[in-house]
Amino acid sequence: MIIEHPLLGPRDAAEFVYLGDASLLDRPDWQAEDAAERFYEYGYLRDNPAGQHQELWYHEQGDRSWLVVTRNTVSHEITKVELARDVARERGRARGRDT
Amino acid sequence: MTQVDQINSGAMAFVSGDAANTKQNSFDGQKNRVGTGLVNPNQKLSFTFNSKTMAGFAGDTLASALLANDQMLVGRSFKYHRPRGIVASGAEEPNALMNMGSAARFEPNQRATTTVLFEGLKAESQNHWPSLEYDVGAINSALSKFLPAGFYYKMFIHPRPLWKHVYEPFIRQSAGLGKAPQQPDADTYEHFYAFCDVLIVGGGVAGLQAAHVAGKAGAKVLLLEQAAHWGGRAPVDGGELDGASPQAFVDRMVAELSGMPNVTMRLHCMGAGVYDHGYVLGYEQLDQAVRGAPRHRLWRIRAAEVITATGAIERPLSFAGNDVPGVMLASAVRDYLINYGVCSADRTVVVTNNDDAYRTAIALKNAGLSVPAIIDARVLPGDSALMAEAKEMGIRVLMGQAVAKVLGSKRVRGIEVCAQAGEGAVLEQIRCECVAMSGGWSPVVHLWSHCGGKLVWNKDYALFQPDLENPPTGADGLPFVTAVGCAAGPITGTDFEGLSLFDTLRGAVEATISVCERQGIRLRDMPKVPTVVEYDEEPLHPIWLMPQGAGPKLRQKTWLDYQNDVKVSDVQLAAQEGFESVEHAKRYTTLGMATDQGKLSNINGLAVLAKALKEDIPQVGTTTFRPPYTPISMGAIGGEARGEVFQPIRRTPMHGWHEKNGAEWEPVGHWRRPYAFRQNGENTHDAVMREVRNTRANVGLLDASTLGKLIVRGPDAGKFLDMMYTNMMSTLKPGKCRYGLMCSENGFLMDDGVVARISDDTWLCHTTTGGAERIHQHMEEWLQTEWWDWRVYVANVTEQYAQIAVVGPKAREVLQRLGGMDVSNEALGFMEWADGTLGGFECRVYRISFSGELSYEIAVRAGQGQAFWDALMQVGADLGIMPYGTEALHIMRAEKGFIMIGDETDGTVIPQDLGLHWAISKKKDDFIGKRGQERSHMTDPDRWQLVGLATLDGSVLPDGAYAVGSGTNANGQRVTQGRVTSTYHSPTLGCGIAMGLVHKGPDRMGEVLSFPGTDGAIYKAKIVSPVFYDPDGAKQNV
Repeated sequence: MIIEHPLLGPRDAAEFVYLGDASLLDRPDWQAEDAAERFYEYGYLRDNPAGQHQELWYHEQGDRSWLVVTRNTVSHEITKVELARDVARERGRARGRDT
Repeated sequence: MTQVDQINSGAMAFVSGDAANTKQNSFDGQKNRVGTGLVNPNQKLSFTFNSKTMAGFAGDTLASALLANDQMLVGRSFKYHRPRGIVASGAEEPNALMNMGSAARFEPNQRATTTVLFEGLKAESQNHWPSLEYDVGAINSALSKFLPAGFYYKMFIHPRPLWKHVYEPFIRQSAGLGKAPQQPDADTYEHFYAFCDVLIVGGGVAGLQAAHVAGKAGAKVLLLEQAAHWGGRAPVDGGELDGASPQAFVDRMVAELSGMPNVTMRLHCMGAGVYDHGYVLGYEQLDQAVRGAPRHRLWRIRAAEVITATGAIERPLSFAGNDVPGVMLASAVRDYLINYGVCSADRTVVVTNNDDAYRTAIALKNAGLSVPAIIDARVLPGDSALMAEAKEMGIRVLMGQAVAKVLGSKRVRGIEVCAQAGEGAVLEQIRCECVAMSGGWSPVVHLWSHCGGKLVWNKDYALFQPDLENPPTGADGLPFVTAVGCAAGPITGTDFEGLSLFDTLRGAVEATISVCERQGIRLRDMPKVPTVVEYDEEPLHPIWLMPQGAGPKLRQKTWLDYQNDVKVSDVQLAAQEGFESVEHAKRYTTLGMATDQGKLSNINGLAVLAKALKEDIPQVGTTTFRPPYTPISMGAIGGEARGEVFQPIRRTPMHGWHEKNGAEWEPVGHWRRPYAFRQNGENTHDAVMREVRNTRANVGLLDASTLGKLIVRGPDAGKFLDMMYTNMMSTLKPGKCRYGLMCSENGFLMDDGVVARISDDTWLCHTTTGGAERIHQHMEEWLQTEWWDWRVYVANVTEQYAQIAVVGPKAREVLQRLGGMDVSNEALGFMEWADGTLGGFECRVYRISFSGELSYEIAVRAGQGQAFWDALMQVGADLGIMPYGTEALHIMRAEKGFIMIGDETDGTVIPQDLGLHWAISKKKDDFIGKRGQERSHMTDPDRWQLVGLATLDGSVLPDGAYAVGSGTNANGQRVTQGRVTSTYHSPTLGCGIAMGLVHKGPDRMGEVLSFPGTDGAIYKAKIVSPVFYDPDGAKQNV
């Protein structure tokens, strides 16, 4: 499989380590009332779709960047590859410097 | 000569001799050699088969040479040990599998049809004892009624006690066909990377045509052909291309392609598999006459487009006795005749359901051989062109008839003829030595299917062909594989019937134009499709059983899979027993599971299944096609990654010294660490005991370079480490060290190590040896996906520093002798670090202890590691300085009750289980693992807790042993209440010591537990404190 790195261009999948569902980006708020339940869902529950899937890949044998890859798990068509930090920023994971 | 004669003159040129001389012995010992074909009669090759010396020619395959020498019997089938002969001429051959070579070059299951003959080739047939001709295993065939498909699911169940000593050994003995090699492979193999615009698999006329179009258009083309020659079937099957023979067309194409710099061509190279995003594996067999060349080369190809011009494979017909040696595919019979000049029979009967097989009869007759009859299961209103030609040559054509049975067991003696529409009542017997059968042709759709291409059933031609609406798609969602020629199946809406030569070429041209345009390669001139003269063919009639109404006796001898001995009755049995899915029927009967991967048996088998289930064939479907297309060697897959270079070994700077000084190595990930240093003929145990005693009495040196060292720096580094560890790391003061624990989000303890505060914004984190890269990845994950706005940078400097632990009561004295920085207790206390020089070496000294002794871990630049080690060994010589290995390290830490990641942790253990509450900060709102550890299961007081275990008799508890309680649980298993996590013999205490997790352990001090061993003994041990030695921790503090 080829993953088109946003900075480095097309790379063989063998250069990467696969982590899993990119839902790991959405770490729940530890202070929420239902934090325990939300952490359980965050840690264990996965949709595992046959189709579009967003997932985390680590470019261990390259620039050690983490990527969010949007891949169709049935056809392996890859529609989007982004730096994880850009996706985190978009999702509003920024919490400012004083937290 | 008629026009038809002109077409066949191509075939005649390959065969010499007239009718009278045909079978004369003019090729010494090769009594079946009637001509030369493509072989070189001036270059004789000598080879052995079952120790019998035979002769062949350069250009032969082992199969053609065996047939030339009239070796009809070439092996025994897997289950019933039935006599087996050569059936096909190519990679689809199911029977002619040989043990080849000897010693370090021995390999089983080599296909005689794809093995190029070379001087001195040594081949032996497989799966028989004592000999090929007289095989005791043939008794299975006599018992075949009791050994149908799936018999082992019923037979070897009862009585149960017989399984281990009777059934299993018997099954092991009978399993497999060839013998396993006994020596490491002496050949070399290599991997080769290639990139191209258009990869074309298949060098027949369609593939050559496609390569020509793409090559002329300027694309970078790679053309692969698995056989030894270009052209595929066309030169054998005849026809006329642009007014010349197919061979002339092929020669012209090859010459033009060879002259194009953008086209690369390879013979002996099979397309093995199509994978995602245009990745294709090619398997090249190299000329073994070239000394020192690799045996196989694995091509790792990245292609923008793949064109499969892989042709089609003929199907056998299903009639009783269709497995007797001498029954062959009709196309194979004419391949051997025309390409190799070999015919294994004086009289050959052709049995068919289509027109194509008539070509074999015509070729044989042209070569002066006898064809007593063509048995055509069809009833046609009038003669087809090929039928008329055959009749004109004087060949008897019997319409609407079938083979009821083949006569002969080790070799064909003749056939019995019956009506196809009947139940097998014999009309006549015909004597013959060969039965050339044809049940139709199946496009080779494997490469198309590997990456998701779908198939569609063509009812008129009884074949599966690529579904053009559902091709394999690539990274961009667009198709990247195209099938051309016979591999694509019949193209609808043409003037010709069948898989015609014209349609093959036209399809190749059109498809290649589309492929090029899809890649943005524009053609300057539109290529011309050659003019073709060929026979009009009448359609085939699908015949799945011969005769139609064959009863059980005939069906039990009607073979589908020759290698695995699967009969029509077996597939019907599977359907009867409820295995309705084609995938289940395949596995229950083992149809298509042999090394030929069902190339001859799949379609015939699923047609029988469909009829048994009263379903249409497309409803039943096919099983999944998986790479490789035909078996490839393990050597090719491994390439050069074997032996010493299989995996990189990571070595510390002192590795060479360890090697020279008796190190017994232990793999720790890719590192090698000394387990112990054996001196003066010691055994390992004695070496370890000596090392522990010496370190505790004098001073020991440990190479700790492999442990991870991660520099974490930045204004937010402290905040970050507070999240990573359970401890407070932000409050660690510069110059101090703290032992830290790292947990997963689930709360489980996953790594530990000492963290040192280097400066205001810099910490250095140690990890376990196996954890360095993993923890670095873990830190990067959080910094890039969660706290991307925190200003932290992580650098893995594990390999930048050698780290040496100087351990023992005399450690300080050793360092003071080196001279340099102040290492007194006042200047450098326990859990502090300092930079300075020792013996002239710049170093950083951490006063940390894993042994409980006075201990300094010293980091120097990696390049100076060996010199520093030497200096220490030298100044400490008279103080008794000795190196120690990982086992001594483990024993000493266990004596002190220190945990080890991987022993006391197993992915389910939390710090609280290990009594490490002190390391978990209560002041932190959040850290990775905090939430997980608050779950009810984690706070359950019944969780097993860490304790020490002391055997009553001083013996060593077995590793992993469980402490049993009384009674059984709901599953009927013995109740357990603890397990051993670490266990050693302690030389310091003179007895066995162990750590373990025990139910409510810390509250049960002094209780005795029973641990059953796997040796049947019961070990009794008392629950004690895990700190066996120096419980006050005085020694590390001096």
